[in-house]
Amino acid sequence: MVGEAMSVALESFNVEAAREDFPILKELVHGKKLVFLDSGASAQKPRAVIDAMCHVMEAQYANVHRGLHYMSEKTSDAYEAVRGKVAAFINAASQDEIVFTRNATESINLIAYTWGRSALKPGDAVAVSEMEHHANLVPWQMLRDAHGTELRIVKITDSGEIDFDSLEQVFADGKVKLLSITHMSNVLGTYTPAERLAKFAHERGAKILLDGSQAIVHRAVDVQAIDADFYVFSGHKLYGPTGIGVLYAKREILEDMPPFMGGGDMIASVTYEKSTWAKPPFRFEAGTPAIIETIGLGAAIDYVNAIGLPAIAAHERMLTEHALATLGNLEGLKILGRAQDRGGVISFVMDGVHAHDIATLLDRQGIAVRAGHHCAEPLMGRLGVTSTARATFALYTTLEEIDALAKGLQRIRQIFA
Amino acid sequence: MSNPYQALIVERHKHPLHAGRPTQFDAQGQGANPICGDAVRVYVSRAGMDVHYEAEGCAIMNASADLMADAVEGKTPEQVERLHRDFEKLVTTGEENHELGELNALAGLAGYSSRIRCATLPWSALAEALHHV
Repeated sequence: MVGEAMSVALESFNVEAAREDFPILKELVHGKKLVFLDSGASAQKPRAVIDAMCHVMEAQYANVHRGLHYMSEKTSDAYEAVRGKVAAFINAASQDEIVFTRNATESINLIAYTWGRSALKPGDAVAVSEMEHHANLVPWQMLRDAHGTELRIVKITDSGEIDFDSLEQVFADGKVKLLSITHMSNVLGTYTPAERLAKFAHERGAKILLDGSQAIVHRAVDVQAIDADFYVFSGHKLYGPTGIGVLYAKREILEDMPPFMGGGDMIASVTYEKSTWAKPPFRFEAGTPAIIETIGLGAAIDYVNAIGLPAIAAHERMLTEHALATLGNLEGLKILGRAQDRGGVISFVMDGVHAHDIATLLDRQGIAVRAGHHCAEPLMGRLGVTSTARATFALYTTLEEIDALAKGLQRIRQIFA
Repeated sequence: MSNPYQALIVERHKHPLHAGRPTQFDAQGQGANPICGDAVRVYVSRAGMDVHYEAEGCAIMNASADLMADAVEGKTPEQVERLHRDFEKLVTTGEENHELGELNALAGLAGYSSRIRCATLPWSALAEALHHV
């Protein structure tokens, strides 16, 4: 079965060749081959990203948007070209709809702070789901406490999908003006039906924000097809560097949003009496941006595009099916969530063995998984656990690595039996 | 890197000798790690430094609590304080100390900085309890 599945993957792209692109995968951990199953927290970087970032510093670096000299112009061009690449990557109507931030967390905070305080009135409500990362919960609590908005929680079903009855109830009184929801759960691997949710929100006069931190890595995203008002993600999960994130918003929404931080680059004019703001996206990018990281993100997008998200998605679907079958058969192991539409994020618990013991014992075998509450404490409460172990897959993950995980878990089970 | 899951650790996790809330005790203290949800409550009877505990957490914490109860039995509060200091040194440096006896089974944690707190949590809870005695 493994052989058959592998040949399907080979038709899509050559995983072994792709693994050669990631220098870190050759590293040994505790004398063992690294089996990296924590890409959902942050993915490893291909040589193309590392080289692109080094190249900027070695051959083509100056500050952007201000120097009237060769290096600044070249760097500005390279930096702005990434805006275009990001726009094309998510099919935004214009690159002016792409704001660079530090990460998805900052993107959501930016929206809560600027759009939240200007477009929402006290008494308006923001709805999030039970399976949000803290990054899509805490900013709305802060807005609630500072601005008098309400925060409502949409329930999930026992299988880990959005409960549309609960969604109806949450929207029933017409107060919800924003549905802010994950596009793919970082705990359960569930894909939410983005287009259906956008339609649902729009029909009720609300906007929709999708947290694409996990989804962006695994499937092609089309913000126009979804009709997303806001879409956010981080570069570092998409094989790019840390320190660069993306906020997409429709042009007319960005036009009306006040600035987030004040400083250089975000102004049209400044006097002691008054300043006026630059047009989006620059209005939201105060100060010198993460130039090197942004160019690294551009290289990451080029890398992913060269393989193709459909091929990556097919590969990861095969990995996920194999993992669900293999891990699902292990005695005493329970996989959390069984959504119909799910991706390569698999959380599990083992009878009588704490998630942190699982993580440390797997680490001794060179296998990296995450353990804990995954920045989703309320979801842990909903699932009736305090923590889980989590394996997440990337384009460089192999079937053999999943088998190694299964074998490692069996060994742990024997130790604690 | 040495194994933090020595047979003794797994054994004490599975078959603890001092787990459970005693009917009588002089003081109690607690410790919690919000990052992983581990929680421990330690009960002390001053006479003979008799220690019991209730724990919900990983094998490292559970075993550490059980071995701690063994190690402090019959000791004075001052001796317990010294053992606590020596134990923290053991799990951070990995250097075994023959005076710590079976607690040395946790020396392997030194390579796992994120797990050291699991082992020291029961000791902090005990220190809190002794503060109240």
